[in-house]
Amino acid sequence: MPRIVFDQVAKSYGAVEVLPPFDLALNDGEFTVLVGPSGCGKSTTLRMLAGLETLSGGEIYFDDKPISKLDPKERDLAMVFQDYALYPHMNIAKNMSFALRLARVSKPEIEEKVQRVAEMLNIAHLLDRKPAELSGGQRQRVAMGRALVRDAGTFLFDEPLSNLDAKLRGKMRAELAEMRDTIDKNMVYVTHDQVEAMTLGDRIVVMSDGLIQQQGSPEELFKSPANKFVAGFIGSPTMNFVDGELVAEQDTVWVRGDGFHLPLDAETSARVQNARDRQITLGLRPSSFTTDLTQGAPIELRIVVSEYLGAQSVLVTRCGSGEILVETQSAAPVKSGTTQTFGVLTDELMIFDKTSGLKL
Amino acid sequence: MQSANVNRLTPYLFLAPAAIIMAVALLYPIGYMIYASFLDWNPSQRIGEAEFVGLRNYINLLSDASFRESFWVTLKFAAIVVSLEMFLGVGLALLLDRNIRGMSLLRTLFILPMMIAPIVVGLMWRYMYHPTVGIFNRTLKSMGLDPVPWLSDGNWAFASVVIADVWQWTPFIFILSLAALQSLPQSAMEASRIDGATGWQQVIYIKLPLMLPVLIVTLLLRLIDAFKVLEVILVLTNGGPGLSTEILSLRISRTASEFRELGEAAAMSNYLLILLMILTFGMFFYNKAMEVRAARLRKAAEEDL
Repeated sequence: MPRIVFDQVAKSYGAVEVLPPFDLALNDGEFTVLVGPSGCGKSTTLRMLAGLETLSGGEIYFDDKPISKLDPKERDLAMVFQDYALYPHMNIAKNMSFALRLARVSKPEIEEKVQRVAEMLNIAHLLDRKPAELSGGQRQRVAMGRALVRDAGTFLFDEPLSNLDAKLRGKMRAELAEMRDTIDKNMVYVTHDQVEAMTLGDRIVVMSDGLIQQQGSPEELFKSPANKFVAGFIGSPTMNFVDGELVAEQDTVWVRGDGFHLPLDAETSARVQNARDRQITLGLRPSSFTTDLTQGAPIELRIVVSEYLGAQSVLVTRCGSGEILVETQSAAPVKSGTTQTFGVLTDELMIFDKTSGLKL
Repeated sequence: MQSANVNRLTPYLFLAPAAIIMAVALLYPIGYMIYASFLDWNPSQRIGEAEFVGLRNYINLLSDASFRESFWVTLKFAAIVVSLEMFLGVGLALLLDRNIRGMSLLRTLFILPMMIAPIVVGLMWRYMYHPTVGIFNRTLKSMGLDPVPWLSDGNWAFASVVIADVWQWTPFIFILSLAALQSLPQSAMEASRIDGATGWQQVIYIKLPLMLPVLIVTLLLRLIDAFKVLEVILVLTNGGPGLSTEILSLRISRTASEFRELGEAAAMSNYLLILLMILTFGMFFYNKAMEVRAARLRKAAEEDL
């Protein structure tokens, strides 16, 4: 499996630059997820890697070999498309074996491979059906199977789960995660769903407006996002952002804003010491609140709505004039319209520069 | 209560004009023709005066050598022109299905012949085929070759008629094929590129099979038209020399006007109609059966998920 390197790769359509030159290296055998809102350039990046789009600049290397001039079939890839892209006129066995038949693999070998993959994906009983005769989830499996049969060095996934309903998506996501651990290949996966990115990726590349915002393990992105965009994109419910200012009192820096006054932990305090005169935005994860007031700094919130999700509830609250989402255990009863004091886990607070959005 | 009745009748009220026009303009003439085919009817008689002869016209026709010859010429003509047109039309569409400069102009040029009235096409080609002043023979002569008896030899006349028809109707297949090509699922094309298909393999394994439903309908439309072709041949050869280009519609027209046998002409038309109906219904039921099968299997798939 090759190590894939994007070197100053760029893409424009006419005068419109959708991807300014960027560098990206995907390690051998890694499951990389490109994630971002629609229009961020993630699919274009994948399609350039696949050879379905030409590059406007730069070069892609597989190990040391430049590949941007090669045909898709010469790149040793398999791809799963968002709309599955099955061949409607071929039955499932023919769909899965198309690449092998083109490559003139012997009949018994094709049959053996198709059968093995079909059994792995639980579609062996569908082999003589046509795609139109399958349900959405089954088609999705076939699309996956068609890629797996290839035994290619690199697997590309272009939002493969986005056409499924929520329940099925969850199930397929789990199966994909299982597959990831059993198949030792390069996998590049594009999605706009941060949950998919977090659960599947060894490494996540967050993109927005054609730029790579940050790349790293799911944990790194969650715990130390590079900027406000990444912080807001990763994690569900999304992070709360409130404007405020930094105030130094002895050796601790406090964040003060409309309706709150919170101390920063020593590490963050030290980091933001020099930024005290800047306008900042405070980032608070909904999970950083606790009802146990012995932990964390107190904050008073007026509860507007309580969204019951089962074991957890998400509270929509007011803090001064701003809105803040709080995640709590449903066991602790809360009444809408009341004001309640919560503890904030101060070591999870994040400070962003208000204008640049960078994390301080 | 009353308003409920009115509501129930409203759709029929709106459908009525179309239904009446259908009945008057479509069903009545066809019924008239079918009735006439059972008569020994001379155009000087009113239809009520004609003698009812049952199936005699149909039986006579079966043993009529000229009718059988016409029928054969028609089959041969339809089979040859439609095959050629399909081959050329689909081929051109595959070639021109790409975005290069000037392609839209080229496409427009390609479909011009179809827009010319058939009579004009016939006249045009008659001049071009003219033994002495026609462009073909003049060109042959200037190259020092012998002139070709385009319209005066049986085999050449048939070929000439085929060429003119192919010239006029290939564009029809071309535009329908092009439309079919451009509506093919783009991602399936991309998937086939990733799967390693070359351009030719894409055409053979993906594009043509996916175009098939449209191609079948196109084929059927062209076949029906080819069975009924009249004007171009009328102008070019008027069925000659001998019976070499006398297709069925020409024979029907001559039976009615020259031989004054309206009943027999109607019976011939019915034979043609029956042939076309068999083709059309065959295709229709095949499609229906495929759809039903697909729907049933899909339902089964949704259930056992």
